Amino acid sequence: MNVVNLLQNYEEAVAMILFGIGFSNLLLQKNLIKKIVGLNIMDTATYLFLALKGYIKGRKAPIVVGGVQSVKAYINPIPSGLVLTGIVVSVSVTALMLSLTIRLYRRYHTLDLDEISIRLRREGL
Amino acid sequence: MSFVQNLPFISIILSLFSGPFSSILSGKWAKRVNYTVMLLIGLMNLLVFQFVLQTGESYVYMMGHFPAPWGNEIRVGVLEAFLAVFFCCIMFLCMIGGEKDREEYVESGKMNLYYIMVNLLLCSLLALIYTNDIFTAYVFVEINTISACGLIMIRQNGRTLEASMRYMIMSLLGSGLLLLGICFLYDLTGQLLMSNIKEAVLQVSHLPEYRMPLMVSLGFISVGLAIKSALYPFHTWLPDAYGYSTVSSAAILSSLVSKGYIFLLIKIFYRVIGFDIIEKSKVIHILFVFGIAGMIMGSLSAIQENNIRRMIAYSSVAQIGYIYMGFGLGTTAGFTASIYHIFSHAATKSLLFVAASGITDASGDSTTFSDLTGAGFRNKLAGIAFTVGSLSMVGFPMFSGFISKILFAQAAVGHTYKILPTFIALAISTILNAIYFMKTVIRLYTPDKKNKGRCIRIMDEKRKSLALLLFIVLNFILGLSSEPIIHIIEMGLGMIA
Repeated sequence: MNVVNLLQNYEEAVAMILFGIGFSNLLLQKNLIKKIVGLNIMDTATYLFLALKGYIKGRKAPIVVGGVQSVKAYINPIPSGLVLTGIVVSVSVTALMLSLTIRLYRRYHTLDLDEISIRLRREGL
Repeated sequence: MSFVQNLPFISIILSLFSGPFSSILSGKWAKRVNYTVMLLIGLMNLLVFQFVLQTGESYVYMMGHFPAPWGNEIRVGVLEAFLAVFFCCIMFLCMIGGEKDREEYVESGKMNLYYIMVNLLLCSLLALIYTNDIFTAYVFVEINTISACGLIMIRQNGRTLEASMRYMIMSLLGSGLLLLGICFLYDLTGQLLMSNIKEAVLQVSHLPEYRMPLMVSLGFISVGLAIKSALYPFHTWLPDAYGYSTVSSAAILSSLVSKGYIFLLIKIFYRVIGFDIIEKSKVIHILFVFGIAGMIMGSLSAIQENNIRRMIAYSSVAQIGYIYMGFGLGTTAGFTASIYHIFSHAATKSLLFVAASGITDASGDSTTFSDLTGAGFRNKLAGIAFTVGSLSMVGFPMFSGFISKILFAQAAVGHTYKILPTFIALAISTILNAIYFMKTVIRLYTPDKKNKGRCIRIMDEKRKSLALLLFIVLNFILGLSSEPIIHIIEMGLGMIA
């Protein structure tokens, strides 16, 4: 029963697996660029989940072309709006992370966060 | 509708727009704008507080022209307004207390950028306090994170860069989980406004197929916000971020930013999920366990620390643990104690950071303990302020920390099986607090003739002295007249749901 459920809702399962991949990459990778890639996978997985929840099979995006049809012709636009807001947030956060990475790279010539910590300790700052 | 009801919205917009406006000003003018805006917002929220106190019930403010299920809303109660006033006061005192330190460490051409970050931080805190829309809350959580990161890295050395990187990574993990939890909730209920979600949750919560998803989303949200507010196992970014940034950044971050997230969690517990479900859920047991672990482990790390700023930072970990332990008790009394501790910790921790900067100034800018010997004689006011803060943290009677500890103990008494762990943890944590704070105070008042640190008199740095004095007064007010504040908290918790 549970397996059948999982197979029927495979899109959601994929979104959750992607979220897990992104989350563990952001948490565990040493390389800063790989961390940022993980962050983007994680965020995108959430948007995939949201978009799936907003989509109803056989309906169109609520953009009026040639007169308003019945309510049943359109999907719910709110999840799409949330995805757009979320994309804006994740773009700005990614830009901030990348600029921090550039700063750290210029100073220490490495992208390994643990290595940077070791050098900081050696500097005795 | 009276004009006062517009003020929460105006204060959010005012701080939001004063941020970009500061970018075209010189550092000096940006500072003036920033101080004026903070005071103005504090005053406006005071009016709102008085208004809500008089009417005795919370009100909903509609943003834009669309009514409830579609439009965005602000909801104002006694607790929200009081918290907003309190946050404005603390932020203002932190800013004037750290003024000289800021001018020393921030490049002069970039001074106005600092005030942009502070304005945005204030805006996002106010929005987190007031908003009634859960997705708006998420967006402002991110704004809060970004501006806090800016405040850490504006003092440029390797340490702060690494600290802000670690801060960003942990914060983004937290907000990823928070976003996923919010998506689950939206998926389950089809609503985004907090009060509407609660109605829908009440309809479905007794159905067995909804129980698991609800708990999962509650778990995601709790863990996400716990990571962002540095609950014990997720505190690794905290000591560096607080220990090496400028004084006002450290004080604001420790006393306000983490509290904004905690207040959002309280709102989600009360207004979104509903207290009845929270009481029965197992999430609060987990928060209880990690809260207690944080109380003890944070203090143990603080004892080992050889740097006064980092020691105060580790003490924050312990105090956040107290707050989550209060949540874990799962009673209204526990939540009251936690909220009182939010106030008490905010007032005390910012006092300690500003006082520590006065002490290190008098010891040749060194933060290691061996150089601080006798600093209490060289900078008298900072020494007294640090002593007051330490006594409050330890829980000495007359100071604010004492009241919050009593409230925690009282809240635990009614509990059958959580009373023993709470009491033991409170006792151990108090002893550990006393060890590291009293060790520092004794060192401050041990005479040392050889130390080359300069003497700082009270009139040398008028603004810092004023900030320290006001912080001390605030601490005494919280400690000596706690009854009205507890009354406000209880009234506010009644209104929040």
